[in-house]
Amino acid sequence: MQHNSSARSGNNTNTEPAPVRWLLVATAMLFLTLFLFVPLAAVFSEAFSKGWETYLAALREPDTWSAIKLTVLVAAISVPLNLVFGLVASWAIAKFAFPGKSLLLTLIDLPFSVSPVISGLIYVLLFGLQGWLGPWLQDHDLKIVFAAPGIILATIFVTFPFVARELIPLMESQGREEEEAALTLGASGLQTFFLVTLPNVKWGVLYGVILCNARAMGEFGAVSVVSGHIRGMTNTVPLQVEILYNEYNYAAAFAVASLLALLALVTLVVKSWVEFRMKRQEIQS
Amino acid sequence: MSIQTSKIKLSAVEKHFTSARGERQVAVSPLDLEIQSGEFVCLVGPSGCGKTTLINLMAGFEQPSAGSVTIDGRPVSGPDPDHIMIFQDYGLYPWRTVLGNVLFGLQAKGIPAGEARDRALATLELVGLRHAIDKHPHELSGGMKQRVAIARALAVEPSVLFMDEPFAALDAFTRYHLQDELLRLWQETRPTVVFVTHDLDEAIALGQRIVLMAPNPGRIQRVLEVSLPHPRERTRDDFAFFRRELFTEFHLVHQMALQEAEYSI
Ligand SMILES: Nc1ncnc2c1ncn2[C@@H]1O[C@H](COP(=O)(O)OP(=O)(O)O)[C@@H](O)[C@H]1O
Ligand SMILES: [Mg+2]
Repeated sequence: MQHNSSARSGNNTNTEPAPVRWLLVATAMLFLTLFLFVPLAAVFSEAFSKGWETYLAALREPDTWSAIKLTVLVAAISVPLNLVFGLVASWAIAKFAFPGKSLLLTLIDLPFSVSPVISGLIYVLLFGLQGWLGPWLQDHDLKIVFAAPGIILATIFVTFPFVARELIPLMESQGREEEEAALTLGASGLQTFFLVTLPNVKWGVLYGVILCNARAMGEFGAVSVVSGHIRGMTNTVPLQVEILYNEYNYAAAFAVASLLALLALVTLVVKSWVEFRMKRQEIQS
Repeated sequence: MSIQTSKIKLSAVEKHFTSARGERQVAVSPLDLEIQSGEFVCLVGPSGCGKTTLINLMAGFEQPSAGSVTIDGRPVSGPDPDHIMIFQDYGLYPWRTVLGNVLFGLQAKGIPAGEARDRALATLELVGLRHAIDKHPHELSGGMKQRVAIARALAVEPSVLFMDEPFAALDAFTRYHLQDELLRLWQETRPTVVFVTHDLDEAIALGQRIVLMAPNPGRIQRVLEVSLPHPRERTRDDFAFFRRELFTEFHLVHQMALQEAEYSI
């Protein structure tokens, strides 16, 4: 249905005279070139301006290397947790009526509407030395803020809408009959989830995970607040880029930045591929 | 056939729904119905008369507001693979092949892979889809899809088949063909069949008994025994006799529904 109506509106724009159409396309292209391709190309050309040797040396530098490891660790913990949360939350929201449902929906959107800096500050407020739980944590010799746990918590907070937001509409639009057929055939609730619900939304899951991962690895604001910027200890890749840049170490800064740019490119490619598969599944069913 | 046991028993079953505006709507007013083991019963009636609600109550997708629904003497508390529902929209899994779809219920039951495969293949043979086992649902016609859904149900060897307007989305030719297929399968495997339709000819072609329902509130208007042997020739005089009988009654139901609608406006 939706396809039909969008095809019709597409035909309507075809009635515009050709020069107008070309002008519109050219404007869009110019915009993309100026704001996307040129900066992206600049990052890579700066990164390799002093050759491969310098590039690799910059990445192998111990502080940078530990920033890379921390970023991978943060993503490796926060993405799976958000995946589980997203699956559970979207299933509950799409399939059941319960009190507090609209509140839950609003809360899921919270990280999108709150500045990342605030998201970081929340954790400093909670777990920092002057925070609510600070004294208790200190008594038990636990360090959360200005350490890896704080960074992971802040990252989880900033990235938890991605999977859930992607899956809620998908699960809501899924026909009840597929699940009812499973129940009538004797599948348990859990079997129905793993054999019917999950395969149905698998491309949506992948889509959400990719976006979640991109954000988890690239998050700056919230992480910056809770990190404390301890070199070789609590710096993630984006923070490391900033430090190198502020030290006028441009070649190294761009070398590290090129990793994030590469991540963005890979994300885009996988994302388009997943979108293609989702569209195909939609046509088939 | 003299000592028949009652397979499904509805006693004073009622179902209400409360609309979003808080109005109470009676979908099924108190009704009694007994269905014998191995019987083929059709539920017919104009749309909105509670056919789907009634079959959902029997299949365990809904709980009665009052009264009781029992199968084999036990109250129905939820869906059960011994009584399988077949839907109008098939409910097939697009990411599974035909064989994979038929295997679903067997896997859910935890039947060993080899045995499950043999049973699935045997059922697909039964519905004449042995050649299509590796196809995906989107490659099949509507009639073939419904045959996969039937095979998927039969593979689990249920004692009751519930079917809610299963052929309503199919063209007339495919529909006749599947009606004959279903009768053949029923005669070979003898499950109890409860078949909802709004097509009176379909009901006469299939049912040993036809339960005619009326709306506002949903109730049983009349139960008609169709004493013709299967398969039934749709052009014969005795078929026409039952057809006339049912159409006259249906016309009455329709007239009443229209009058009530006028009063309520
Ligand atoms: N889940 C529901 N909530 C509210 N009303 C319902 C629901 N299901 C059915 N009804 C109402 O019950 C009546 C009977 O519906 P249904 O059993 O679907 O009839 P049929 O299948 O014969 O067309 C209708 O008036 C319908 O609007
Ligand atoms: Mg119905």
